[in-house]
Amino acid sequence: MQTEWFVMLSAVLFVMGTMGVLLKKNAILVFMSVELMLNAANLALVAFAHQWKQLDGHLFVFFIMTVAAAEVAIGLALIVTIFRTKHSINLDELHQMQG
Amino acid sequence: MFEVPSFAELGLGAALPAIALAISATILLLIDLFIPRERKMATAIIALVYVGMAFVINFFTFNADTTSFMGLFAADQFTGILNMIVLFAAFISILLSIDYIKRTGIERGEFYTLLLLSVSGIMFMGAANDLTMIFIALELLSIPLYVMAAFRAPDLKSEESGLKYFILGAFASAFFVYGAALVYGATGSTNLPQIFERVNVIVAEGGSGSWLLLIGTGLILVGLGFKVAVAPFHMWTPDVYEGAPTPVTAFMSVGAKVGGFAALIRIMVVALPGFALTTGSVNTAWQVTFWVIAALTLVWGNIVAIAQTSIKRMLAYSSIAHAGYIMMAVAAAGTAGVSDAAARAALIYLMAYMFTNLGAFGVAMVLERNDGTIVTLDDFIGLSKHRPILALMMAVFMLSLTGIPLTGGFIGKFFVFSATVEAGLIPLAIIGVLTSVASAYYYVRIIINMYLKDGEPRNVEETTPALTLGLYVAFVGTLILGIFPFLITGLTDTVQIAAR
Repeated sequence: MQTEWFVMLSAVLFVMGTMGVLLKKNAILVFMSVELMLNAANLALVAFAHQWKQLDGHLFVFFIMTVAAAEVAIGLALIVTIFRTKHSINLDELHQMQG
Repeated sequence: MFEVPSFAELGLGAALPAIALAISATILLLIDLFIPRERKMATAIIALVYVGMAFVINFFTFNADTTSFMGLFAADQFTGILNMIVLFAAFISILLSIDYIKRTGIERGEFYTLLLLSVSGIMFMGAANDLTMIFIALELLSIPLYVMAAFRAPDLKSEESGLKYFILGAFASAFFVYGAALVYGATGSTNLPQIFERVNVIVAEGGSGSWLLLIGTGLILVGLGFKVAVAPFHMWTPDVYEGAPTPVTAFMSVGAKVGGFAALIRIMVVALPGFALTTGSVNTAWQVTFWVIAALTLVWGNIVAIAQTSIKRMLAYSSIAHAGYIMMAVAAAGTAGVSDAAARAALIYLMAYMFTNLGAFGVAMVLERNDGTIVTLDDFIGLSKHRPILALMMAVFMLSLTGIPLTGGFIGKFFVFSATVEAGLIPLAIIGVLTSVASAYYYVRIIINMYLKDGEPRNVEETTPALTLGLYVAFVGTLILGIFPFLITGLTDTVQIAAR
């Protein structure tokens, strides 16, 4: 298999993730889109690591997965906290501060 | 195929300040369990001791010129000075926090652990010599800050600030990671010096590698641009800064910028100084982009700040504007031969900005009421009669942010502007000077409110010793940098990070 196809697929996933963050209003969906972007990067890294016949890229992927897990923990906690106070996780309704 | 490195090969000694702080932060979490709720002051004092300890260790590794963790971590003078800046920022932030988190009812020991973890993240980021390391350090810096921004839960503003910061921060990290993946794809290495060696080959070859590298660099710039809040990636800043508890705002306005700019300078100056789209060009391919971003940030930050009435929002826009001045230095680093001078200028600017901005937020904190209502610029009316020393401090901080001689801000701007001129970016330097003049309008307005306007002075509570000490450290730091600039230039003059 050629590397280009994997990189193109990862680019498509990355763009889908970006559009999701910009267009979705539900905090959980936005968050899932961010995860999609991170996994697009993982796919690209694995493909490049295969092409260069090296382990650096694979190692980077493991670190990204670990960090993404930590981010999930914090992100969901924040979303739960705001849901308790506001009973909504619609990002468009977050407008306490203006100016 | 894989050899296990020996302990000596890892060279942990050179990374000791950051390692010591990371370990102490986790120890602090344990110690905090045994400190009763009404005596959380003790946790803060232990945190201060840890910061002091890391500061002392930093002197021993200051002149080291080695790498540790198999090339992931570069211990040089650039790292040493960044560590000093960050540890000073941590010291002042802890002093400012003690009183504030007590009177707003959010006194929990985890606050200081989170702060120290974030500080160790910044220290690792300043020293990171590898894209993997920069990513991990970036997250270690950011994740505690997301929690700290929402620390005042169930206050809706604070929660909102935390969630906004989290979503945009995670978005930015994803950009950074994808950019790093593309740079890895083009060069086959995540190590910055190795990337530098291979960039020349790619540029000479032309073809698809050059494009991958260009897109990758762009995405890295977007990711780090969000973190340091430069236009057009600054939209989150005013809301997050306003909603977060004020000491957290103070710390993140300095800490996140120090970490972000350190990584940007390292990537651009160490890894990509030879990246030009046409061979033989003195200016790098990325310089124009940085130039435009710096100009945009300066104009946008300074003009919108004029329209603000809340002091926290005004300081938020002012911090965007200051990111623009540091961005000028990074843009200047794109001209061959000026890289080191520009990196030094950025360090000096960060040092001055750190003292001044923490001080300004400290004074805003004194005026803040416990119920979390907004402190407006009108709250400063009559402050000079009521609290003359506090008013004097605020006046000096405002003058320093404007860049008036004899304050730290002037020294920072002086070096940044001269580096920009030296790099041949005359129009950018002119924009910088003009926007500085415009910024005087909103900074001096506070001084006028304090000294010249008549009005009923607000009753401001007495400040506690810790807060007073924090303000004095920031005040003295700002003045010393301005009056004895050779103290800081003596440190930065030997900094060399550009490839030789």
